[in-house]
Amino acid sequence: MTPSEIDKIFRDEAGRALATLIRLVGDFDLAEDALQDAFAVALERWPACEVPDNPRAWLVNVARNKVIDRIRRQAVFRSKQQALVHELELNAQAPDEPPATLDDDMLRLIFTCCHPAFAAEVQVALTLRTVCGLSTAQVARAFLVSEEAMAQRLVRAKQKIRLAGIPYEVPERAGLAQRLDGVLAVVYLVFTEGYVATSGTDLMRPDLAVEAIRLGRLLDRLMPDRAGIKGLLALMLLHDARRAGRQTPGGDIVLLEEQDHSLWDRAQIEDGLRLVEDALCLPGRPQPYAVQAAIAALHARATSFAETDWPQIAGLYGVLLRISPSPVVELNHAAAVSMVDGPSRALALVDAITARGGLDGYELMPAVRADLLRRLGRKKEAREAYRAATEATQLEPLRRLYARRVREMD
Amino acid sequence: MQYLLMIYQNEVEYAKNDAATTQKMLAEYQTFTQGIIQNGNFKAGDRLQPTTTATTVRVRDGKTLTTDGPFAETREQLGGYYLIEAKDLNAAIEIAARIPSARIGSIEVRPIWVYDK
Repeated sequence: MTPSEIDKIFRDEAGRALATLIRLVGDFDLAEDALQDAFAVALERWPACEVPDNPRAWLVNVARNKVIDRIRRQAVFRSKQQALVHELELNAQAPDEPPATLDDDMLRLIFTCCHPAFAAEVQVALTLRTVCGLSTAQVARAFLVSEEAMAQRLVRAKQKIRLAGIPYEVPERAGLAQRLDGVLAVVYLVFTEGYVATSGTDLMRPDLAVEAIRLGRLLDRLMPDRAGIKGLLALMLLHDARRAGRQTPGGDIVLLEEQDHSLWDRAQIEDGLRLVEDALCLPGRPQPYAVQAAIAALHARATSFAETDWPQIAGLYGVLLRISPSPVVELNHAAAVSMVDGPSRALALVDAITARGGLDGYELMPAVRADLLRRLGRKKEAREAYRAATEATQLEPLRRLYARRVREMD
Repeated sequence: MQYLLMIYQNEVEYAKNDAATTQKMLAEYQTFTQGIIQNGNFKAGDRLQPTTTATTVRVRDGKTLTTDGPFAETREQLGGYYLIEAKDLNAAIEIAARIPSARIGSIEVRPIWVYDK
């Protein structure tokens, strides 16, 4: 087994192994440290011999033993910890035996990280760090803060879980609906960071998108009657299915209108389309994620950009504006309207949003405006708007795209 | 008559103290506590975990809203307190949400500091 193959196993198994360890040990930091120790042991042993049949079970067991060692080594041997050691030993299993309730552990971890007693951005940071296994430096980059500040925030959050008694569990049925909204929002934020990164040299972070989809599937399997879950999963699958068509081998952005539809992942699109229909068939009011997925489905079904069903897309954005109004939805609605009624009507809508100050500082705003001005032939104003868009973004491929547009407007 | 003595201090400044200063302070607290126990003034007292562990609960239109952090609103004043025993933070929030004043004011839920022997 090569180091890169071992690395892949670590990436695949880290989240779920950690979720189980936290349940067994009851302490985030202790579990994380022990899992690191287990990875170190694996790196030492696996290259020389066969990798165990169930690497996750193996890692959990080695880490569990590390925890026992660590507690035993401590000078003061408290009775509470003695009981923990006893329980950990009781729970010991054969190293290759598949551990039970693994998916539940993952769900427990997600719901704990997304507890409403945390501010929204703390929920996302904890999920990225703990559930998705990003390093503190990577999470800090996603939030545009220093690594030190992010480390502080994470330490505090983990401390709060322990000291304030935030339970490591999936909430009861009654509290589930309320808590689920927060969980879905976090999963979607993880996905969007993977779909279009906030900053950096790469347009996408496919590992994050894949992780978010995996979390979505997990939630759907555990709660198959939730239209919000199915809708979000469909939305992510349909967006992610276009991944191969969205950039050139050199890392430049390929806009939707220029994308080669044959590069799209047909199987994943079929999967997404089926889920959208399931989501829309479930009883209850239409869910925002399901409507967004229905829009993505219309894009995915179009055999070419020219044949996209824009009137229906604009109509669905209208529905979305009614059930989940926000300035970003208004902006998307305006973009769809521009394809039906032309850019001048859309520009009036966009200027109305700007006049209300609804999207101050939203970095995609100048880009949408610039595109409308370009299509209206108002080159000089378009150039200025593209220039503003170039300055507003921290993502290199977007900056290159806007800079290209600035040159085209000369 | 009974009085609730609320101890306010700057926890950021307090955390900067070195181990010796903290130790001295804790010893002074112990002496003070023993003193008021002996002369019959003491009813109940606890040390709270830091404000970073606090959760503030409000009930509006029948929905429980939670915020990360301590209560911070100068127009409202502390009007009373309950010391409760609850399984975990969810159970504590559920009880806090049933306090009638949660519908008009805010309830800060903060865990009690448990001393390790």
